[in-house]
Amino acid sequence: MTQPSPSFLKAVFAIARKDLAAEFRSRELLSAMLVFSMLVILIFNFALELDVKVRQSVTAGVLWTTFAFAGTLGLNRSMAVEKDRGCMDGLLLAPVDRSAIFFGKAVSNLAFMLLVEAIVVPLYAMLYNETRIFQWEFIGVLLLGSIGYIAVGTLLSAMSVQTRTRDVLLPILLFPVAVPVLLASVKASGGIVAGLPLEEILTPLNLLIVYDVVFLAVSYMVFDFVVEE
Amino acid sequence: MQQKPIFLTILDVLSIIGLGVATYFALVYAPTEAVMGNVQRVFYFHVGTAWVALVGFVLAAVSGILYLVTKDMKWDRFELAAVEVSTMFFFITIVLGSIWARPAWNTWWTWDPRLTTAAVTELIYIAYFMLRAGIEDPEKRARFGAVYTLLGGISAPITFMVIRLFRTIHPVVIGNASAAAQGGFDMTPNMLTAMFIALGAFTIIFIDLMWHRIRIGALEEKVEHLKLKVSM
Amino acid sequence: MIEVKKLVKRFGLKTILKGVDFNVQPGEFVALLGPNGAGKTTFLRILASLSRPSLGSVKVAGYSLPNESANVRARLGVVSHLPLLYPDLTAEENLQFYARMYGITHHASRVTDVLNMVGLEPRRRDLVRTFSRGMQQRLAIGRAVLHDPEVVLFDEPYTGLDQDASEMLDEVLRSVAAKGRTVVMTSHDLARAEDLATRFDVLSRGVIAASGTRDDFKNSNLLDFYRKALEA
Repeated sequence: MTQPSPSFLKAVFAIARKDLAAEFRSRELLSAMLVFSMLVILIFNFALELDVKVRQSVTAGVLWTTFAFAGTLGLNRSMAVEKDRGCMDGLLLAPVDRSAIFFGKAVSNLAFMLLVEAIVVPLYAMLYNETRIFQWEFIGVLLLGSIGYIAVGTLLSAMSVQTRTRDVLLPILLFPVAVPVLLASVKASGGIVAGLPLEEILTPLNLLIVYDVVFLAVSYMVFDFVVEE
Repeated sequence: MQQKPIFLTILDVLSIIGLGVATYFALVYAPTEAVMGNVQRVFYFHVGTAWVALVGFVLAAVSGILYLVTKDMKWDRFELAAVEVSTMFFFITIVLGSIWARPAWNTWWTWDPRLTTAAVTELIYIAYFMLRAGIEDPEKRARFGAVYTLLGGISAPITFMVIRLFRTIHPVVIGNASAAAQGGFDMTPNMLTAMFIALGAFTIIFIDLMWHRIRIGALEEKVEHLKLKVSM
Repeated sequence: MIEVKKLVKRFGLKTILKGVDFNVQPGEFVALLGPNGAGKTTFLRILASLSRPSLGSVKVAGYSLPNESANVRARLGVVSHLPLLYPDLTAEENLQFYARMYGITHHASRVTDVLNMVGLEPRRRDLVRTFSRGMQQRLAIGRAVLHDPEVVLFDEPYTGLDQDASEMLDEVLRSVAAKGRTVVMTSHDLARAEDLATRFDVLSRGVIAASGTRDDFKNSNLLDFYRKALEA
C-alpha cells in the first residue's frame, strides 16, 4: 500500500498559507508588531532629536533597529502558537522532511516582517519627508536583510520556545548572532539614502548575500536537531 | 573516585612555571618600547590570552559539530569546557587591551572592528550560558548548545568583516598595518621571544584548565548518577 | 503491525523505559494502562516518531524507526491530550491544512467525510477557538484519521472531557477502530478502556508488567488484573 506524501514545496507553502490565513483573521501579531514599531520610532524621535541634519545619518539605523525589535516580537509569537497547543507535534507528524517546517515558518515570518516594513517605511518617509527611501536598491536591501534576520530568527525561536525562559531568551540569542546582518543592512541602506554610487555599497551588499546564503544553509541543516527529542 | 592523572599534576606544575617565566619575559626580559613605554608590556599577555581564547572558540564549534554527528556526551563536556575557559580568557584579553588603550588611544574603549567583534563574541557566549541554563534535559541542552556554538562560530568572522567597513584604529602588529592604525610598533627580536613565550605558556595553561574542566564535567555526571541510584 | 524489542529511553540520566517488548497484531485495539509517570506518553511519542529510542528496535507498519520515519508517519495517526489544532482557523481550514501536509489530493470530499464522521459538519465554518473541549477532541481525532492511517495512537483522549463528551468520543473511537485499524490507547481510566479495547497491557516502572486479552477477563475484573500487575 502506498501512501501519498506531499512534495517539499507544497508542505512549505501549506504551512506559510496556514499562518497567513490565521493571522489575517486574528491580526494579533501584525498589529502588535506595527504598534510597537511606531512606538520605537516615536521614542527615537525624541531621544535622538531627529532633525534634518541628524536624520541624514541615522535614518537607516533607526529603521533597522525598529525592524529588529519588532521582528523578535513576531518570531516569538509565531513559534509560541505552534508550541502551546501541541501544533508543533502536528507538523512533525506530517510525512515530510522536517526542514520543510523550517522553511514554512520562515516564509510566513518573512511575510510578516516585510508587511510591517511595507507600512512603516512609507510612514517614516511621510513623517520625516525622506523620499530617498523610495529606491529599488533600498527595497532590495530591506529584502536581503530581512531574509537573513528571519532565517536565524526562525531557527533560534524554535530553540528558545523550548526553554524555561522562552520569550526573554530570543533577543539575547538572536541579536549577537544577527549583528552582521543588521550592521551590513544599516551600512548598505544608509549609503543608499546618502546617495552614494552603487559601487560603494557593494561590499556590504555582498556580505549580506553571503550571510543569507550561509545561514539559510546552516539553518536547513541543523533544524532537525532543534526539533527532535 | 577516579585518581587525578599524574600527567595532569605535571601539567599543573608546568602551568605555574610557564606563567612565571612568561611574566619574567614580559616584564623584565623584553625591552621597554620606545614610544609607549612600560604599558606596552601588557601586549604579551594580551596576545597570549587572545590566542588561546580564539583557539578555544574554534574547538567549541568543532566539538559542537562532533556532538551533533556522534551524539556522544563527551563532546558536549568538551564544548562546554572550551567555551567556559575561552570566555574567561577572552575577557582577560579585553581588559588587558583596555589597559593598553587608555594611554595609547587615550580611551578605554573604542568601537573598532576587533574590539567590537570581541564584545559581540563575548556576548554570544554569555547568551550560550543563558541558553544552557534554561534547559533541563541534558541531551537537549547539549544539542542546542552545539547548534548555538556553530551559529556563533560562523557569525563572528562575518561580524568582523562587516564592522571593518566602518573603520579601524587597532594596530596590526603582525602583517601590514593600515594607515589609520595608531599605537603600532616594530618588534625587536627580544620582544618576539617574549611573545612566543607568552603564547606557549598560555597554551599550556589553557590545556591544563580544559582538562580540569572536562574532568569536573565527567565527575559531575557521575555524582548525578550516584544521586539517582541512592534515591531509587 | 507494531514490533517493539527491548526499547530503552533515557532522558539524561533518568531511564524512563527499561526494555519494553511490545507487539501488536493488525486490527488489535490495545489499551496501555499504567500510573502517571510510568512512561506511557513517552512510549507513544516514540511509536509516533516524535522521540528517538535510546536503545532497542521499533517497527511500525513494517518500517523501522527512526530511520524510515517518513514512511511510518504517512501510515500513522496520533491524538494527544493537546488538540494539535489552530484556534484561529475554522474546523474546515484545520483539516484542509493537515490534508495538504499529508499530500492528500482532492481533499474537499475527504474533509467533508471526516467532519461528518466526527459530527462537526454543521460547525465546519466556525473557528476552533469557539469549540468546547469535547468538540476540539473530536476534531483532533478527525485530524488524526484524515489520511486513513493503518495505525492510530491515542494518548489519554478522555482528559478534561465531561460525561456527555466522553460518550460521544466513545462512538468516534469505535468507528475509528471499526475499519480494521490498529489502535493503541493510553489511559488511566480503566472503565473507558474496558469498553473499547481488545487487549490490555500494563506499563509499570518502565516495562510491560502484564498483558491480557478481553477473553481473560470473562470472570475476573480488569481492576484486579491491573492492581496485581502494579504490585508485581
